[in-house]
Amino acid sequence: VKRGTVAALAVALTALAAVPLWVPGTYYVNIASQILLYAIFALGVNVLAGYAGLVSLGHAGLFGIAAYTGAKILVAGGGHLATITVALGVSVVAAAVFAVLALRGTGLGFVMITVALGQIVWGIAYRWISLTNGDNGVSISGRPSPFGLSLAAPKSFYWATFVVFLLALLSMAVFVASPFGAALRGTRDQPRRMTALGYNVWMIRLVAFLFSGFWTGVAGLLYLYYNQFVSPQAVALTASAEALLMVISGGTGTLLGPVVGAGLVVVVKNVASAYIERWNFVLGAIFVLIVVFMPDGLVPGLARLARRSTVRWRPRAAAVAAPRGEAGR
Amino acid sequence: VSLWLLLAVNSVTLGGLLFLLSAGFSLIFGLMRIPNLTHGSFFMLGAYLATSLIAHGFGFWPAAIVAGIGVAVFGGIIERLVLRRLAGAELAQVLVTLGLSFMVADVCLMVWTGDPIRIATPPGLQGTTAMMGFGFPTYRLAISAIAIVVAVGLWLLLDRTRLGAMIRAGVDDPAMARVAGIRVSRLFTIVFCLGAALAGFAGVMGGPILSVYPGLDAEMLPLALVVVILGGSGSLVGSLVGSFIVGFLYNFGQAMFPEIAYVVLFLPMLIVLVVRPQGLFGRQPA
Repeated sequence: VKRGTVAALAVALTALAAVPLWVPGTYYVNIASQILLYAIFALGVNVLAGYAGLVSLGHAGLFGIAAYTGAKILVAGGGHLATITVALGVSVVAAAVFAVLALRGTGLGFVMITVALGQIVWGIAYRWISLTNGDNGVSISGRPSPFGLSLAAPKSFYWATFVVFLLALLSMAVFVASPFGAALRGTRDQPRRMTALGYNVWMIRLVAFLFSGFWTGVAGLLYLYYNQFVSPQAVALTASAEALLMVISGGTGTLLGPVVGAGLVVVVKNVASAYIERWNFVLGAIFVLIVVFMPDGLVPGLARLARRSTVRWRPRAAAVAAPRGEAGR
Repeated sequence: VSLWLLLAVNSVTLGGLLFLLSAGFSLIFGLMRIPNLTHGSFFMLGAYLATSLIAHGFGFWPAAIVAGIGVAVFGGIIERLVLRRLAGAELAQVLVTLGLSFMVADVCLMVWTGDPIRIATPPGLQGTTAMMGFGFPTYRLAISAIAIVVAVGLWLLLDRTRLGAMIRAGVDDPAMARVAGIRVSRLFTIVFCLGAALAGFAGVMGGPILSVYPGLDAEMLPLALVVVILGGSGSLVGSLVGSFIVGFLYNFGQAMFPEIAYVVLFLPMLIVLVVRPQGLFGRQPA
């Protein structure tokens, strides 16, 4: 890693840590909290979409399972520590179930199965009214107070989210640099060769799915504590698509891309919904435009534009293209 | 007893509707290798177009056909202008269809508002038909009949015509089909339009039973997915059998476990995935 990059990263993280000190007003602190919690979600999705080449459109289901489990335990009178432990445990188990089923297919089969799995969770959230209270959702009261520090205020909640975000980012950096991360990228690019080399491709993908599911669950819990409410909206296909849009717009398979993408989507969503009611249209349009014109995402796309003046134009590689060739159907 | 019989009729009706919806989905998936996530939107759009046409004095059947053609044109535009640009990048194509489905849903909400609109049952098919001592809703019988006619028509198209032979060649081995002089990209457009038309037409047919409301697209799309995962992609018989399985499960599930009917629907899909991932009638592993 270059020294300049480290310095830039340090400056960016310091600026992020100090957000509540320099932004004007609570509204913006809350937006920043949303950005960070969605960044954690996007980082989780990116483990699969970016490094494993497995695009999941069912991750809002895992996100929702964590949020709903947490909400149910809190409503039943559970403590925060128990809630967080159980909810994360449940979401990892759910991720295992998702993985065992979805890994029956690769490529687009995987996409299709994750859509169906996500819709099952949505169906439970929306229709199984005695369990999930249907469209009305579940409300909780109160955020936890770790080490006696209350997170009720927007600023303190932001800092708590920031700490979790740092942990997530750190774990991603370690993960990407580890031999396991290299093996995972190998299964993305050359699954057959990896099998021939003696790697258990299925097992590697399963572990990646669990890792992804864990951080998705963390994001789901943060979402629950942030809103103190969860409803089927959090589980809808739109939510999975938003998370994927964050990853793709920022840059799939890059460490910071999902974070940038989360910032972009959350800001656009809040700006758009302040002026027009048509967020879904804007979401769809951005999705189409980015996939068609900037398939490798904003971060690599802009970097490419910057390089373009010096380096001769080369045909872009479609980073979102399905693993081809040996990855096969 | 008559309750069960009525449920069975409803199941067959829903199965017929689902077949109209998923036959095109399955063909597109088989040929172009993409799950077309705008398929639910085609269904909803067809139904909405028909409500406007009927409001402007069209009869039910002309409205159904014009709406089907309208949706086919829309599908053709999507295929030509957007999907064609992304040829070879299947994942990008799927994501684009997802983005488009959000756009269509929002435009429909803007144009036709959020209130459910019911399409009136066409005259002549109202009321019930007496058979074996029971009164069956005539319109539901008619839907089943239409589904059978479409199934036979599609089978003849695929099995007996030159175009069908070309489509089958494209499904089996697109590269070889190209070498043999078949313009596979033109087949893509034809199949996409055909699938869109069937979905739009199915939307109109479903109108008198389901009515049209925002979110109908998101409700129908997973059903088409389940049918195709169950039946196997690109298989006409598979989508027929899958549609009826889903139709029966949905109606009986709804009657017996109303709260979890939607989940019961997905159970056979999970079982098939574990036991036979290529689907009941799929040939190659998915």
